[in-house]
Amino acid sequence: MAQYKLIRCTINGEPVERMIDVRASLTDMLRNDFHLTSVKKGCEVGECGACNVLIDGEAFNSCIYLAAWADGKSIRTLESLTGPNGELSDIQQAFLDEAAIQCGFCTPGFLMTAVEILETKKLYTRDELRKLLSGHLCRCTGYENILNAVEKTMKRRLGVPAE
Amino acid sequence: MYDLKALYEATSVQNAVELRLEHPEAQIIAGGSDVLVQMREGKRAGKELISIYGLDELRGVSIDESGNIRIGSLTSFSHITRDPIIQKYINVLGEAVDMVGGPQIRNIGTIGGNTCNGVTSADSASTLHAWEAIVELTGKNGVRRLPIKDFYIKAGQVDIRVEDGEIQTAILIPKASYENTFGHYIKYAMRNAMDIATLGCSVNVRLSKDKKTIERARIAYGVAGPVPMRAPHAEAVANGQALSLDLIDRFGLAVLDDINPRDSWRASKAFRQHIAVEMAKRCLFTSIQLAGGEL
Amino acid sequence: MSIVGKSEIRVDAYDKATGRTKYYEDRMPGGALYVRIKHAEIAHGFVKSVDVSEAVRIKGVVKVLTCFDAPEIDFPTAGHPWSMDPGHQDVADRRLLNTHVRYWGDDVAVVIAEDEVAAMQGVRALKVEYDPLPFVLDAQKAMEEGAPQLHDDYPNNILKHTSVRKGDYERAIREPGLIKVEGWYDTPTVQHCHIENHGCFAYADNGRITVVSSTQIPHIVRRVVGQAIGRPWSDVQIIKPYIGGGFGNKQDALYEPLCAWCSLEVGGRPVRIDCTREETFVSNRVRHAIRFHIISWIRPDGSMAARKVDLYSNQGAYASHGHSIVAKAMGSFPQLYPCDNMECDAYTVYTNLPAAGAMRGYGMPQASFANDSNIEECAHAVHMDPVEYRNRFIMPQGYEDGFSKNVNYYDSHRECLERGKQLIGYDEKIKAFANDKGPIRRGVGCASFWYNTAVWPIALETSSNRMLLNLDGTVTMQCGETEIGQGADTAFAQMAAEAIGLKSYRDVRVVSCQDTDTTPTGLGAYASRQTYVAGFSIRQTAELLKKKIFAYAEKLTRQSVDNMDVRGGNVVRKSDGKVLISLSELAMTAQYNPQDSEHITAESTYTIKNNAYSFGCTFAEVEVDIPMCRVTVKNIVNVHDCGTLINPALAEAQVHGGMSMAIGYGMSEQLLFDQKTGRPLNNNLLDYKLSTVMDHPDLAADFIENPEPTSVFGTKALGEPPACSGAPAIRNAIYNATGVALHKLPMNPHNLYAAFSEAGLIHDSWQEG
Repeated sequence: MAQYKLIRCTINGEPVERMIDVRASLTDMLRNDFHLTSVKKGCEVGECGACNVLIDGEAFNSCIYLAAWADGKSIRTLESLTGPNGELSDIQQAFLDEAAIQCGFCTPGFLMTAVEILETKKLYTRDELRKLLSGHLCRCTGYENILNAVEKTMKRRLGVPAE
Repeated sequence: MYDLKALYEATSVQNAVELRLEHPEAQIIAGGSDVLVQMREGKRAGKELISIYGLDELRGVSIDESGNIRIGSLTSFSHITRDPIIQKYINVLGEAVDMVGGPQIRNIGTIGGNTCNGVTSADSASTLHAWEAIVELTGKNGVRRLPIKDFYIKAGQVDIRVEDGEIQTAILIPKASYENTFGHYIKYAMRNAMDIATLGCSVNVRLSKDKKTIERARIAYGVAGPVPMRAPHAEAVANGQALSLDLIDRFGLAVLDDINPRDSWRASKAFRQHIAVEMAKRCLFTSIQLAGGEL
Repeated sequence: MSIVGKSEIRVDAYDKATGRTKYYEDRMPGGALYVRIKHAEIAHGFVKSVDVSEAVRIKGVVKVLTCFDAPEIDFPTAGHPWSMDPGHQDVADRRLLNTHVRYWGDDVAVVIAEDEVAAMQGVRALKVEYDPLPFVLDAQKAMEEGAPQLHDDYPNNILKHTSVRKGDYERAIREPGLIKVEGWYDTPTVQHCHIENHGCFAYADNGRITVVSSTQIPHIVRRVVGQAIGRPWSDVQIIKPYIGGGFGNKQDALYEPLCAWCSLEVGGRPVRIDCTREETFVSNRVRHAIRFHIISWIRPDGSMAARKVDLYSNQGAYASHGHSIVAKAMGSFPQLYPCDNMECDAYTVYTNLPAAGAMRGYGMPQASFANDSNIEECAHAVHMDPVEYRNRFIMPQGYEDGFSKNVNYYDSHRECLERGKQLIGYDEKIKAFANDKGPIRRGVGCASFWYNTAVWPIALETSSNRMLLNLDGTVTMQCGETEIGQGADTAFAQMAAEAIGLKSYRDVRVVSCQDTDTTPTGLGAYASRQTYVAGFSIRQTAELLKKKIFAYAEKLTRQSVDNMDVRGGNVVRKSDGKVLISLSELAMTAQYNPQDSEHITAESTYTIKNNAYSFGCTFAEVEVDIPMCRVTVKNIVNVHDCGTLINPALAEAQVHGGMSMAIGYGMSEQLLFDQKTGRPLNNNLLDYKLSTVMDHPDLAADFIENPEPTSVFGTKALGEPPACSGAPAIRNAIYNATGVALHKLPMNPHNLYAAFSEAGLIHDSWQEG
């Protein structure tokens, strides 16, 4: 017999409540119930990072996170970064400017980890940034321009001159 | 969509114990990074799950009245790494669990899950063995504590008494184990991130006051056998000995008397033995340096 | 040129950065049924029976179809243009479902269900009985007498054997004083690992069948679906939305035919096939593992007297792209390091492994590893610096290939080598590293590669294009060349804006989504061809559009069409640059003129009868930790002569991606199979070691921009070339660091342990006895 659970959570700043099938992953819930299709499926076992979202400020692969656990949490997806009139945030703009986007499938996941990194307001070395971004696989970019975009945005936010 | 039969969400440790007694066939799920993956593979398909993920009381690091470090079983790897107590007293554990998978996995993965699944490759396991951690279990008869070496029974099996409704609630590092002790962990894997260990080696030392002699050396491996293991022969070679490069070489070779890695498609036995020796040497060298010894 | 050559932001970047871009799964119709595939769990044999009784009883299961239900139609899958010559058509050896199982993972049955879980449960509930047969996984073993046979029409499992004969090899090797440099070079099975798995959905409407698919080649897939389900091709509509990478895997008809058939079997209801990552690794396509045997006979001055190259290409269970790949690999040998006396033989051999198809580089990553490894050994044999050796013996300027008529118009190879040398600091590093004798040693090395652009004259090269002048003076453009992540749409917009004379590339609205019902026929993304071939049809169509614009402008302005041009979005008088009318005013007037209404459009097809060389090299610097059997790539740089860059920033980004793939190919990637059963061992992203961001140094890319004379915009191949020379450059750097010549990819710790042990660099005393 199917089992359902009422969950109340905040998604991209909006409080929501929904009956969910307890078998659902958070990816299933965000894509199917809330049409947040920036959440991508690349492996469904937490190895590629395409489904990454922020839960209470930390990055999680939503494919291996039960939707039932979302109860009481604040969840952010890429959709939350864009302003009401379509304005891009600085990190999104940096991905455009640095040619950090190719097929675009890993992009939402990377961007949300970048948000987590930037919100620490810390200055990281390039090697530290590599480690912080290492939960995402990309086959198009060789990661080079993604790193550049995150590094430049970090420095801009912290007022550190770019090299 | 996971092929799970039912989900029971525990509201407290007590409730988790009750649920476990009520549903002995059910699988405990903490962060889920192993359980859900196995369920999707079909291995645990159609099973009931008891989720303890919501039990915030099992999160966090503290020092108890006896001076032991207490790590709640649901503490995530990233929180362990960032914890000031860990950083001060047993930094190597924070470094070891900072090598698990990638950042998102370290946010969901818990130290309890990492030990309860009983796998030899767990990045926390060799360090916990080398620091003689104590596992705390809570069941219908209250709390039971046992040394981590006794907790592991065989590959994939740990000493948790389902019939008593037990769940793991904490991991303790005794004061005697961590005082004046410095350690280093090397994870050997095929990639620098998102990988499981081909071999993991954790060494720690306590030096004499004059920093010339090893008072106590401990070494443990992951993937050198079916469960994480100490290397007592190697430890015996080092204990009480004066620091020297030759000692480090002898220590490294002595691990071969202890370890028993297997041939698998992931790595050959010969290769694992080769790097085990090298890793023991490098870990001991760095541990001595961290302890203030000169070589 | 003012628009071409600029580092513009991608036309699709905004949507991708905001998560709005729709991939196939984001366009899923509500209520689509889930199709899950039962894959064989033996490597070779026949299906005796499939017991579906338990599966059909599962709640939510709609239908189970087995190999005994599938039509007995053999079809080809390769993403090649169709050939009117039956002798040049792709091998048709594929069925929708198979009673004859030819690899572990072959498709045996499907369960169609209301939801994902029911479909999975249904597949698990199927009971398949097999008559197992012996199997063979190695290409050379499969050629032996008595080896298990996969396909009746191909004795000794040889799908095809072709040769190159040049001069007289046997006579040439009798020249006195020759030095023999011989080696076997082994490359592994690897997979594309685009982050979006292949998937598709299908439904039937008004008697026609539509498939929305993650594919690189919509028009070709339409043909294959028609062939596979036995319907006229025009009954099939393929829609290609944005896709999450392809790299050649999606240059094949994958599960579109099966999906179409499943929909028809449930009355045309929408059905979806979403490959899991595990399926993508095994049941899509892989890159051919090719084994090379090279014998080079060189004179003491290093010059090549004679050369013999044998290539054994592991095709896996089905033909897919078949022999084309190893044939391309073989074709590079006589050209890259020309030699008067050559004997080359290439074999493509069926084995009980997943089918190998196209993958970025199409045989050249393999050939480059073998060739530039052997060349490195030749340089060592005559004590010559390896770069100097290449400079002396690599294809010279002016070289012309007799078959393709490709000409090396510039001294591309040497220019690239020289630039690469400077960028990596070759001379200083060679000197600095020469004294590394300890456990940790550094080294530097390089490799060149051969590549070309497009598939002419082997196959058809055609490009079609449609331009519609919009009322605001912008232009909507449709073409059959596809955006697969590489940035094609942006390059097309830049070229079209340039060709028409618009103000900005943003004034070209490229219809990114191909729909075979409405998109002019094109062949799709492969062979690093699209920028080159689309250039021809874009220019031609732009000329036609302008002709129509001028004709209408003449009516409005009474100026001579011969004195008109379009500049900055205006029709201008050529002689003095005076603006006669803006395109928007012209379009509005033309559209809404009650006496003479015209929607100004143009459409044309261009048949390309050219090809172009595209060359370059990689320089790599490594640090080798000998006791730990570990190599760290410290620096790596690629230099390409791909002609004029249409968009330098995107070109550079594409090179980064290719370099990353080459590093993975060199260092860590390999799809493994259990030798006892044929079962795949590591078909997931944890166990298959794709490089993470922590496994790279910073990637450097540079270009020599020699305009390609045959190309409209001076451009030529760049999609695949960056993936070709990375692995051998790293290999040669390791050789430089340690003196150990590796002959097998990947150069992971397992293979390094074996090689260093054999070379005596590591010595485990306890291993003896």
